[in-house]
Amino acid sequence: MSSQAGIIKRVNGSLILAQGLKGAKIGDAVYIGELKLIGEVVRISGREVALQCYEDTSGVKPGEPVIGTGNPLVAELAPGLIGEIFDGLERSELELWRLTGPFIGRGYKVASLKRDKKWDFEPRVKPGEEVEEGDILGTVQESSVIEHRILVPVGVRGVIESIEEGRFTIEDPIAVLRTRDGRRIELRMLQTWPVRIPRPYRERLPVSEPLFTGQRVIDTFFPIAKGGTAAIPGGFGSGKTITLQQIAKWSDADIVIYVGCGERGNEMADILTHFPELEDPRTGRKLIERAIFIANVSNLPVAAREASVYMGVTIAEYFRDQGYHVAVIIDSTSRWAEALRDLSGRLEEIPAEEGYPAYLAERIAELYERAGRVVTLGRDGRIGSVTVMGAVSPPGGDFSEPVTSTTLRFVGALWALDTELAYRRHFPAINWLRSFTKYVEVLEEFWRKHEPDWRGYREKALALLEEASRLEEIARVVGEKSLPNEQRLILLASEIIREGFLVQNAYHPVDRYCPPEKQVKILKTILAFYDLASPLVKAGVPVDRIRSLGSVVELLRLKEREKLDDIEKAFESVKRDLEELRREYGIGG
Amino acid sequence: MIKLPREKAGVVYRTVREIRGPLLFVEGVRGARYNEVVEVRLADGSEIIGTVLDVYEDKAVVQVFGHTGGLSLDAAVRFTGDVMRIPLSEDLIGRVFNGSFKPLDGLPEPIGVERREVFVSVINPAAREPPSEFMQTGISVIDGMNALVRGQKLPIFSEAGLPHNVMAAQIARQSTVLGAEEEFAVVFCAMGIKHEEYEYFRREFEKTGALDRAVMILNLAEDPVIERILAPRIALTIAEYLAFELGMHVLAILTDMTNYCEALRSISIAREEVPARKGYPGYMYSDLASIYERAGKIRGRKGSITMMPILTMPGGDITHPIPDLTGYITEGQLILSRELEARGVYPPVNPLPSLSRLMKDGVGPGRTREDHMEVSNQLYMAYSEGVRARSLARIIGELSLSERERKYLRFADEFERRFINQGVYENRPIEKTLEIAWDLLAMLPEDELIRISEENIRKYHPRHRSA
Ligand SMILES: Nc1ncnc2c1ncn2[C@@H]1O[C@H](COP(=O)(O)OP(=O)(O)OP(=O)(O)O)[C@@H](O)[C@H]1O
Ligand SMILES: [Mg+2]
Repeated sequence: MSSQAGIIKRVNGSLILAQGLKGAKIGDAVYIGELKLIGEVVRISGREVALQCYEDTSGVKPGEPVIGTGNPLVAELAPGLIGEIFDGLERSELELWRLTGPFIGRGYKVASLKRDKKWDFEPRVKPGEEVEEGDILGTVQESSVIEHRILVPVGVRGVIESIEEGRFTIEDPIAVLRTRDGRRIELRMLQTWPVRIPRPYRERLPVSEPLFTGQRVIDTFFPIAKGGTAAIPGGFGSGKTITLQQIAKWSDADIVIYVGCGERGNEMADILTHFPELEDPRTGRKLIERAIFIANVSNLPVAAREASVYMGVTIAEYFRDQGYHVAVIIDSTSRWAEALRDLSGRLEEIPAEEGYPAYLAERIAELYERAGRVVTLGRDGRIGSVTVMGAVSPPGGDFSEPVTSTTLRFVGALWALDTELAYRRHFPAINWLRSFTKYVEVLEEFWRKHEPDWRGYREKALALLEEASRLEEIARVVGEKSLPNEQRLILLASEIIREGFLVQNAYHPVDRYCPPEKQVKILKTILAFYDLASPLVKAGVPVDRIRSLGSVVELLRLKEREKLDDIEKAFESVKRDLEELRREYGIGG
Repeated sequence: MIKLPREKAGVVYRTVREIRGPLLFVEGVRGARYNEVVEVRLADGSEIIGTVLDVYEDKAVVQVFGHTGGLSLDAAVRFTGDVMRIPLSEDLIGRVFNGSFKPLDGLPEPIGVERREVFVSVINPAAREPPSEFMQTGISVIDGMNALVRGQKLPIFSEAGLPHNVMAAQIARQSTVLGAEEEFAVVFCAMGIKHEEYEYFRREFEKTGALDRAVMILNLAEDPVIERILAPRIALTIAEYLAFELGMHVLAILTDMTNYCEALRSISIAREEVPARKGYPGYMYSDLASIYERAGKIRGRKGSITMMPILTMPGGDITHPIPDLTGYITEGQLILSRELEARGVYPPVNPLPSLSRLMKDGVGPGRTREDHMEVSNQLYMAYSEGVRARSLARIIGELSLSERERKYLRFADEFERRFINQGVYENRPIEKTLEIAWDLLAMLPEDELIRISEENIRKYHPRHRSA
């Protein structure tokens, strides 16, 4: 290891200037000061090296040593990741708690993954077999749902000389491989990867299936694909965290990586409490068995927020390479961007908009670029994906600010939150006029299984909502009463779509997760109601009569019904009621 | 005064080269540490404290917390080699200090059984216990719709002239956890408020006997501005000790955070930093988080810190960086409205933009009542419909409203008059609050109550109850 020593010259918050770190490279990890705080080289000018320190620098002084590791900041990758909670540098917070008590101390060295724990390793290849990078060497059943596949490291290829079944720690040798040029390499379960470098794959594929979230407004109106990207911007309290948590809980990803980046400690505590209790609606297994948490909360050092998002996507890519569909959730990318701004300011770079560095857009693009659906390395070329979803917290709720406006350019779906909706407790407060998705075409295939004309229903509903919002503008000036009946029916239908379909209470025992067939069925029922009611209203039946029908009120509660049959029945009774009205008003059929 | 342990007397320098606002530029310093405490002795013998903000070879930038009047280049600066710590013990209860921890009550300087760091204190997120005990404040608009739980941080966003102090005092006076009889303490931190405001709190605490259970950290309007950076951190260091070492339930009131942020801005300007919005520094979010996040509960420890910061929104603008960044950190907010105040409603809390994020964990079956959350959601929906109808009526006249809109308008009026509005000394139990809520909801057609489950309507709707 080429460890170079230097001397601290300046300490300015998280920015350290040092001299004498010969041969240092940008991105090298360093140990700063007597406490050996973790940092990274961010600028080199002449003999002077600028370091970003990821821990609180209180007490550090000029003259203290800096040690270069010669290696970049890496993620440790091996069994032991699932169910863990890490800080932005992948230190186990559970372990830190055990070591230092409930308040976080400084300069503690904790291994990311447990070194003493033994795992049952089952080989998948035999001695004499030739393997290449990305091949599965063997597996460890890490949790009841996750089979951790140990891969031949990137850049390694050769013939297996020996491989053992048994119980091993992640540092024990599990196999020996001989390369073409005759070198013997001992392989272990523990591997590392530099967090800022995307892991390689064989081929990028177009996205093709949805990341199904069980949240109606997302799945039906603004779906996201596995391997896609989405941003969810909104002012404080508009529902970013709850929506993302819903996705973490109910989406059909194999693995969920939840990066709490500069947000609340209690929110992380809340998920940590609930994930071990909640069950995956598909596997019946506890959600904790497929989740990994990175909790670099708002009062932890700002610089580490910057690293935390890369830590999250790197772990995601590692599982993608095993052939899994991984969802990465970042709450909030704005706090990460603020960490970029903070460092940039300390480096006295020339700021662009609102103090953010000129390379903000580049960084945001690079981050979302790490999402994708791929064919992995390895002879059997598995298919895996990383889906990246990020909250954006615009100052003052203003979407024209740099982080929000830049993010919009790089994501495939936008769930724009609306404070007005949140104020009336319309949750998820996703504004159907300002949101978008680029994945409708590719996801049509999936939905056709449930309903051949899914797209038609979706478009019709959106058109109704759009028309209704135009009418509402008018009603705001003249009053709803003075609108013609047909327009009032549109308002009623849109109200039913909003209350009966779009509103979805995250805390309702039934409604928190809505399967695809139910989504389709509710929407179809509401639209069929509109189609049946239209001719009646045209023929003079007052909208208020229709609104007060018991069966119409029931449309608002379909989402709470557990059985699809109940939705069917509800539709029958709407039909019956409208039929009666038709007869009452003597309208020909 | 923050006394330093004898053995760490530190090194004294008389090499101040420049004084700029609250910043001293000292040269020729050997081994100054980032964030270490310094003591600055003025020509007249008085002392102020400061911390090192930046150290470049032998040059240190020191931020001082006291009045800089009388400060000159020949001041003696003692570098202590340690970060700022204060002595802590149970005896702090009942005492009054200034923003630099100097006694204001005529009693001797405190002696601690323990010294803790003032600036950096981070609860490991894995060690946090999610707050979940309902705190009844006796105020309907809070308990019914924005319930507070023990360990939550819930600020009041106000404007000059609105009764935020009266409300905060009422909360401090009336707050109880149902069925619990436990040790509590109040930590009160004043930042730049007027003397009469402080006196008001003092009298209110005195009336209820809370004064004996209170620790006061006072930086009033005439006190040094930069000391406001220190005051809340000293207050919370004490709160943490009382809560997590002595097992007390602490209510921390911090007022006025707007003055705190202005102090932060003035340091940033003196340092010539690139500002983010409205001149406030880009790190204000993180800085505020380092204060607000000190609220909470810890697994395996008995006590808690419930935090109620008060801030006045400059120009009544909720998008101003101070309320905006606060809202992004705290677990909700209570927003006072001039309009309600003008209509004679006390407390003038506008529920629509108000929020308690932790309410869901504190209410419901086994905690308050099974219909609590649903009733709250329904009140939100109905009131917002009513407010909408009201603004429509202003344009087209009440007579042009539809039957349905008129019902909602009437609901909104009654809701403000009977539910939000209550007496300063009126302490409504949660059952009473819910009862009023149901009576109001009964003004609407039952079909409209779609945020409430059918079972709960059958069980609690007055029409079914009386039947
Ligand atoms: N789907 C939902 N169902 C029920 N309640 C919801 C839902 N979404 C949001 N809420 C309510 O809105 C509140 C605020 O939501 P959330 O914490 O997600 O906001 P946020 O946008 O993340 O805010 P911040 O930027 O301050 O973190 C929640 O505490 C909850 O009461
Ligand atoms: Mg959030």
